[in-house]
Amino acid sequence: MSPIINQTLQLADTCLILGQRNSEWCAHGPILEQDIAITNITLDLIGQARHFYQYAAELISKSENKTITEDALAYLRTERAFKNWLICELPNEDWAHTVLRQFFFSSFQLLLFEELEKNSDSQLSAIATKSIKEIKYHIKWSSEWVIRLGDGTEESNNRINKALQILWPYTGEFFMPADYEIISVGPLQEKWLLSIKEIFDEAGLTMPENIFMQSGGKSGIHTEHLGFILSELQYLQRAYPGAEW
Amino acid sequence: MSIHELEKIFQDKIDKEIKIEPKDWMPEAYRKTNIRQISQHAHSEIVGMLPEGNWISRAPSLKRKAILIAKVQDEAGHGLYLYSAAETLGSSREQMIDDLHSGKAKYSSIFNYPTLTWADMGAVGWLVDGAAILNQVMLCRTSYGPYARAMVRICKEESFHQRQGFESLLVLSKGTKEQRDMCQDAINRWWWPSLMMFGPKDSESTNSDQSIKWKIKRKTNDELRQQFVDMIAEQVKLLGMTLPDPHLKWNESRKHYDFGEINWEEFWNVVKGNGPCNKQRLEARIKAHEEGAWVREAALAYSSKKQSRSNAKVA
Repeated sequence: MSPIINQTLQLADTCLILGQRNSEWCAHGPILEQDIAITNITLDLIGQARHFYQYAAELISKSENKTITEDALAYLRTERAFKNWLICELPNEDWAHTVLRQFFFSSFQLLLFEELEKNSDSQLSAIATKSIKEIKYHIKWSSEWVIRLGDGTEESNNRINKALQILWPYTGEFFMPADYEIISVGPLQEKWLLSIKEIFDEAGLTMPENIFMQSGGKSGIHTEHLGFILSELQYLQRAYPGAEW
Repeated sequence: MSIHELEKIFQDKIDKEIKIEPKDWMPEAYRKTNIRQISQHAHSEIVGMLPEGNWISRAPSLKRKAILIAKVQDEAGHGLYLYSAAETLGSSREQMIDDLHSGKAKYSSIFNYPTLTWADMGAVGWLVDGAAILNQVMLCRTSYGPYARAMVRICKEESFHQRQGFESLLVLSKGTKEQRDMCQDAINRWWWPSLMMFGPKDSESTNSDQSIKWKIKRKTNDELRQQFVDMIAEQVKLLGMTLPDPHLKWNESRKHYDFGEINWEEFWNVVKGNGPCNKQRLEARIKAHEEGAWVREAALAYSSKKQSRSNAKVA
């Protein structure tokens, strides 16, 4: 498959899997207003995933001369074909884990999509433009929570530090290029670290140093969690092949 | 002014269709009935998120997933408007939530039934939201202003949900044999509980008369239930499905459908806590609340720190 198709699928899978994880909060949030807020973000992510899947489906249908749908790509590919960033598939530990992951994720997504917006592929560029508006809100919302929890109570500070230990090793993958990537991600790291540091300073959090970084998601080598996510997500499409819903 | 005179002014307003507003004098029983009803309604929205939230991770297409998430989120929004409406009567959200968790406050029993298959998402939308809407359309004209205004907003979204539910069943009804069976099975399981949503028969209902005099309610349980049966008995034909009631039959002289006897024993059992999911629903709400306690405390602690820092700056 062409680099552009692989890149599009990577972005689609990434948005879908984080959307799937975040959706676990729906009806279980810590307070009604925040249940609504995280669900808004979930809906944005699913919406972004759909734009990318639809575009990938269009490209694949053309190149392979058959009809592929967004749902075929989301529901009928298996673990090794998924290209999402590993950080998305990690189980929700608690609210601190969720908001910190969202903050890391969205802060990188903004930088990546600003590059994508400049890409000569007009469809990818248009999806990036539309998504950036949403991502800016996700950063605002999640960074406010990072500050609140970092500078809140002793418990919230402990919890966000624990989340930091879990999540930080999965942030390096953002900047490790996969062979098909059409955007050069390495150079975005410095800017990302600066944006994280600014919020961390306000939250009273320290950036870990010299931590080994996990990777593999972009090329289909995942954590053990992804298989379970997919078996739930894809259950009906697998149980009733060919049915329309 | 004597209580008697205040009561007369109050009832005159109601009779003239003037809305009662939070600062108006009102009989204590009117206040209590409204708090009970509005908070029960709010709790139903919140507990109602659980059976549908149950299928978010397994929704069969990206479109259905997005629709379902948006729907459950709308219910959270409805809960918010309703808690706010109840707060105007002097009851705090915290108190209302405590009452839900302690079992003192009720919520609609329908949510104590399990959602077993994907078709239940359609059946809940079509039947449960359909039943709720009839009640809610009536409540758009209820006498307490903030409640009536909240209902106007809620009704718009609910009727959208009902159409979505019906449309989702329509797709199943045109699908494979397994999908059609799934659709019929869901209708069979949700039909009778939906009829129970209108509450006890008028002859058994304790709250009805006074509520009608105060125009909190404008139709009786039985009137609304009949309206629902008449509506669904027609719509089910479009699905090519049936309702699980051998006594369901158009009565030309009444110009209504006749229908069979509801299993009131089951109704009271579920109300009393013996439904298939009563314990799980309440436990899920309590768990979310308890596990969220540290988050709410952190948010409060941070905002008071921020406040004192900005006070220090000003000084």
